[in-house]
Amino acid sequence: MDFRHFFDSKKISFLAIFAVLATFSVTNSAKAAVADTAASVSHEAHGEEEFEPTKMIMEHISDAHDWHLWGHTSIPLPVILYTDKGIEVFLSSEFHHGEHDYQGKYYTYRLVDKKKIRVVGAGGEVDEAASQNVWDFSITKNVASMFLAVILLLLIFTSVAGAYKKREGKAPRGLQSFLEPIILFVRDDIARPNIGHKYARFMPLLLTIFFFIWFNNLLGLIPIFPGAANVTGNIAVTFVLAFIVLIVVNINGNKYYWKHILLPDVPWWLYPIMIPVELVGVISKPFALMIRLFANITAGHIIILSLISLIFVFKSLAIAPVSLAFVLFMNVLELLVAALQAFIFTLLTALFIGMAVEEHH
Amino acid sequence: MSFDIGNPSIGLVFWTAVAFLLLLVLLRKFAWKPIMEAIGEREKSIEDALASAEKAKDEMARLTNENEQLLKAARAERDIILKEAKELKDQIVADAKVTAQTEGAKLIEQARKEIDDQKKRALAEVKNQVSSLSLEIARKVLQKEFEDGQKQEALVADLLKDVKLN
Repeated sequence: MDFRHFFDSKKISFLAIFAVLATFSVTNSAKAAVADTAASVSHEAHGEEEFEPTKMIMEHISDAHDWHLWGHTSIPLPVILYTDKGIEVFLSSEFHHGEHDYQGKYYTYRLVDKKKIRVVGAGGEVDEAASQNVWDFSITKNVASMFLAVILLLLIFTSVAGAYKKREGKAPRGLQSFLEPIILFVRDDIARPNIGHKYARFMPLLLTIFFFIWFNNLLGLIPIFPGAANVTGNIAVTFVLAFIVLIVVNINGNKYYWKHILLPDVPWWLYPIMIPVELVGVISKPFALMIRLFANITAGHIIILSLISLIFVFKSLAIAPVSLAFVLFMNVLELLVAALQAFIFTLLTALFIGMAVEEHH
Repeated sequence: MSFDIGNPSIGLVFWTAVAFLLLLVLLRKFAWKPIMEAIGEREKSIEDALASAEKAKDEMARLTNENEQLLKAARAERDIILKEAKELKDQIVADAKVTAQTEGAKLIEQARKEIDDQKKRALAEVKNQVSSLSLEIARKVLQKEFEDGQKQEALVADLLKDVKLN
């Protein structure tokens, strides 16, 4: 595979260097922050009202059954359970933030750790065996936030498409002129150089991946209601995206791609090593995609939350300006990371597709 | 601790798949296809416009070149015509000069001849006159001579005086 075209323009190579630096700094400081807060929690693990940064941070980056607004106010979200007896639908407010059990049609349910729904047995304790039969398909905070992103994307891009139809052949204007360079960037700098002349077929997938990740990243950076969900920082979401990439790449793999995996150009006695290595490579490429996006976005959220926590850990208002300065810096960096991770995910997807459809002459 | 790494929730996987695939299908039909087509068409029209502009420029250059050639040829032809005209004029002038000269010479010759003739005639006339006058004088003298000798002498002398004056 030829990687030279990435570094054709100075712009791209600068971006790449920045990406690597940003990625390392984000993940390293995230680990440090988590370790620090964990240590402080173990030291001060007494008293009811004690502030626990780790707990707060984990709550914020985890999924939830209600959308927290402020204080004790939150928007209830629908709970959908697929049980062995049928489907149960009710609002998450029935749990009263986990304080009450809910008597459903088939079972009694309890909210454990604010996100796990378990069946409660007759004796009032959690019945793990019965819980195995209950599948949670709830519209959680992440799902709701993702739907919001999907609706936004649909509204924005159908209106942009309408603008193209209305102003046919004319220069783009407004939203159209803001998004067209990005669409062209995906086409000219991501799809064309990596996939080659067969790029057009994959444009819808690449554009959808790019904008889906970017919009969800940006929504995650908004600290109040319509945002704040850690969608792209959830392994389930990145798993689905990576899995779709895995499917698309392998469905489109031509005979050269499969020959490279099953009959590599090495002496035959190396096959027992090479073929498993190549097969692992098939899985590891999308696996890396999944982990990269998840880790980068989650790390960003953890850092910002950790910096905010500093104020409460030190119990001092004096630390607030310092903390906020860092938070502001991290927020700006995260704006870059939001676009960068969408770019990298799309770029690598295009690269893997390009490897699969590449013709050898 | 509830963290999602090792335990991706099935619900989120399901809804993500549904949402993403739905988004992909809808955007492909209602957004990406028209947008990519419009962009492609616009790029093609711009390319065509540029190509036709280039062609027009070439055509223009060709026409200008042709015009220049034509102008050059016309100029050369004009020069030739002018030169020819000048030559012709010179020729005509020269011819006219020669003709005029010969004609003039002829006229002068004729005039001279005429003058000579006239002179000769006049002289002949004069001679006749002189001779007739002389005869008259002689006759008159002879008459007088016959009337009076003295007077004849005086007359003769007188006549002779006249003759001398003549």
